[in-house]
Order: sequence, then C-alpha cells, then structure tokens
Amino acid sequence: MEEASIPYLGLLAGGIAFGGIATYALAGVYAERKVSAFIQDRLGPMETGPKGLFQTAADILKLLMKEHIVPSAADKILFAIAPLLVFLSVFAGFSAIPFAPGLVTAPLNAGLLFVLAIISIEVVGILMAGWGSNNKYALIGAVRSVSQIISYEIPAALALLSAIVMTGTLDLQIIGMQQDGEWGLLHWNAIRYPHLIPAFLIYFTAILAETNRAPFDLPEAESELIAGFHTEYSGFRFALFMLAEYANMLLLSILAVLVFFGAWHSPIPDIPGMPDLSGHSVLIWISGAGWLLGKSLFLVILMMWIRWTLPRVRPDQLMVICWKYLVPVGLGLIFISAIWQLVRIYT
Amino acid sequence: MASLFIQWLKPIGSVIRSFRLGFGLTWSHFKKGNKRQKPKGIADPDYFQQSEGLVTIQYPHEQIPVPDQGRYRLHMETEDCIVCDQCARICPVDCITIEGIKTTDDLGLTSDGTKKKLYLPTFDIDMAKCCYCGLCTTVCPTECLTMTKVYDFSETDRDAFTYHYGNLSPEEAKVKQQEAEALEEARKAAKLAASKASA
Repeated sequence: MEEASIPYLGLLAGGIAFGGIATYALAGVYAERKVSAFIQDRLGPMETGPKGLFQTAADILKLLMKEHIVPSAADKILFAIAPLLVFLSVFAGFSAIPFAPGLVTAPLNAGLLFVLAIISIEVVGILMAGWGSNNKYALIGAVRSVSQIISYEIPAALALLSAIVMTGTLDLQIIGMQQDGEWGLLHWNAIRYPHLIPAFLIYFTAILAETNRAPFDLPEAESELIAGFHTEYSGFRFALFMLAEYANMLLLSILAVLVFFGAWHSPIPDIPGMPDLSGHSVLIWISGAGWLLGKSLFLVILMMWIRWTLPRVRPDQLMVICWKYLVPVGLGLIFISAIWQLVRIYT
Repeated sequence: MASLFIQWLKPIGSVIRSFRLGFGLTWSHFKKGNKRQKPKGIADPDYFQQSEGLVTIQYPHEQIPVPDQGRYRLHMETEDCIVCDQCARICPVDCITIEGIKTTDDLGLTSDGTKKKLYLPTFDIDMAKCCYCGLCTTVCPTECLTMTKVYDFSETDRDAFTYHYGNLSPEEAKVKQQEAEALEEARKAAKLAASKASA
C-alpha cells in the first residue's frame, strides 16, 4: 500500500467516500419515507420525479440554500463546529472499514477498536450542539443522548467482544478473511459459533440506541423535545446531522456484517463451474463491496422497519433494557466464548 | 433467588409476543404497498368494500366523485331571476349584491311562470365570502339560485371569486336607468297633477 501514502490519493478516497455516503443518505431518506408510507397505508413522496425519486435531492438543495440561523444567545463557536464534529467522527469511522480484501483506506490491526473509539467522539459533538444552542430542549436532548449512547456502548462492545474472543483478532480484514470458505453461509461467524446470534441481537439493539433511532429516539423525541439537540439547527448544519445519522446507521451495520455475517463473502457455496475471480482484483473488489453493502443495507432497512413499528421506550425502560438484560447476557456470551476457546485449546 | 430469576425472565415472553404482533401488523400493511384504493365516491356500491391497499388519493390528479346533490359553488340562472332581493337579505355574510331597474318593457316569464318586472344589471356573488350555508337557495322563490357540486375552484386573485350574473351590460344598464328615471318623473308628475285636480 505504498500509493496510499500519497496525500492526493487519500483525498480522492475521501471524496469518493463522501460522495458515496451522501448518495446513500439521499437514497436512505427516500427509502425511509417510502417504508414508513407503505407501513401506514400511504403513498409517500410522489410529485418530484417519477415516484418522487428526486424528492430528497430537492430537499437537500433547499437545505443547502437556506440561511444559517444562529440564536443570539448561543455559543457561536460550539454551535458551528458541533455538526462538523458529529459528522466527521462517523466519516472517519469509514476509513478503517475494509469493503473487500485489500479495499481499505486505513488498514489498522486494531480496526474494530478504532471504529468504536472514533464513533464515540460523536457524543462530544452532540453535547456541544445541545450546550451551544443554549436552549432547554436542546440541552435535555443532548444530556439524554449522552447518557444513552454511553450506556449502550457497553452492551455493543460486549457483544463484539464475544465475537472477538472467537476470532482472536481486532483486524477487520483478518476477521473478514477468516469467514471465507467453500461452503459460503456456513463459514459466517454467526453460523459457525451459534452463540453469536444472540450477541448480534444485543449489538443490533445497542446500535439502534447509539444512532438515536426509534424505539430509542428519546434524545430526538419530537413530541416532547422538539427534535432534541438539533432543535436550533437549520440549513446545511441540520443536513450534516441527518447525514451523520444515516452514515452512522450504515457504518454500524457494516461493522455487524463484518463481524457476524461473513463480511464481503457471498452466502452461496462454491458451485463447480462458477467463474473464478481470483487474480482479478477489481472484480473481487466489486463483488466483495457489493455483498458487504447489500447485507448492510438490508440491516439498515430492518432498522427502518423497527422504527415504524415500535413505540418509543420510557427512560426507565431504556436503562432496564441496557443494564438488566443486554449487559448481563452480553457478559454471559463472553463467558461462553471463553469456554469455547478453552475447550478448543485443550482438545 | 430462583423467583427473582423467574421475575427477570417474565418480560422476555411478553416482549417476544408483542414483537410478533407488531412486526406482523406492519409487515401485513407493508406487503400491500403495491395495491391502491381507487377514488370511489359514496355513491359507488363498492365504497365500503375497499379494505386494503394504500388510501392516499393524489388530489389534483385524482378526485373522489362528489354526489350530484353536492352543495358547493353557487350557480345563478339569470333567466329565472325575478330580482326579489330575498337571497341578498338572508345572506349572513352579505356576499350577494343585487341591483334592479324598474321597466315597463315586457321581460317575459320565468320557467315556472312568474312574471319578471325588473331588469337585473348586477347580480354579484362573492364566493370568497360565501359560507355555504345554502340559505339563499332555500328562500329563492323561483329556484334560480342553486348550489352545484363544483368544489375545486381556487383562484390566485381574490377578485376572481366574484361571479357576475345579470341580463344587462353596463351601457345598456345606463340607458335603462335613465328610462326608469324618466318613467318615475312622469309617474310623479301624473300623481301631482291628479292630486291637484282632485283638490
């Protein structure tokens, strides 16, 4: 990876990633509106473009052209940099994600730890947004968000840890490569080690809370907090918050696929006569990234379905779910992983 | 200890049950997302039969048919008006303005056989003011003022909501007005002469 040290190439990769994330966010918002519409027996956006396809593009254009409104009582500097920090922390997380063997901008040998660490910077940005707005609803939302994200990072980390004990590495590339094999689906971590299925459920519940999505959307509760920490934001800065939310959904889903569901490998077993891609690195990259993103987008759609099905939990229920159910079960799963590894070593 | 554990387990069952119920419900609606309910009016025999599919009606492109007896925009049949001014007087928001000119010309009969005695230069209905109470249509003795089923008649200019009816152009109205004034003068003069003669 000598070329990667050239700064221009890094900028290019960043540009491609930003373009990809922005396009995905546009499609994601559109999908979310359509999913919610169909669940509620509505049509959703229909006017702008065929079937309303350009609605979100028109919306983002409108947001970009809007005035930057800064409340006069706000802390101007905190208010301005908070959305950037929130988005950048998520965006930086993508740098360590291997989309296919070798297709990674920052091949770190502690990639999983890096991603978890850099995402938690988002909390600082949210607190800055809430505090800098100098608005009681924004502050309550920010405080709720911080308490929620910090609590739910523990079960998420425990669930990932129980998988890490089985893989024995934090390097996302190696975790991905371990799940390769001629039997496709059967080599995925969640299938090879069945106790990782409840671990995935814990992780999935926790990432719903970390991305502040329903049923854990207390920080943004429209009905009680007027959208919480981004009450005072408008225009481009609001767009950044939305972009960060959707990017975070994708990033955490990609992480789930990498660790639990076979990374970039297809679920189809090797059938004799299938084209052999080895040697064509570009083709491997395309098919790998396709499978990885396809599986991740499935999880994103699942998160949307959950949002439009489950009502918001109460704060006490939020804490009960985390501390009385997810954390103890997560610890139990790590214990199972540890026993499994012990048995494997001594037999 | 064991009872505590059972207590801890208890909510899990109800969570799973309510998850199955909730996701089953939303999925059953989601998978019907390719079906549409048709814009059928209340008069349609299938009106109450459409139980599934998306309910949205894309309004300007699709409209639910209104029954023929729908009571929305006012319509005036100028030929039938006898200029009795009852509609203008009963209107609670004063949206009807009527002027009449007396004449000795033969104006003919309305469709129900009432004799017309007045010219109608102005009959303005300001639909922007109208509150659709329908009182004007009930008092109208010749049934010339009716409500129609047209309900979609928005305008960009408020003045366009004033609908003009009448059977005279402004120029004709001026002439007829003068004739009526001359007639009145003549009548007054005749009356004066008659009273003088009797005295």
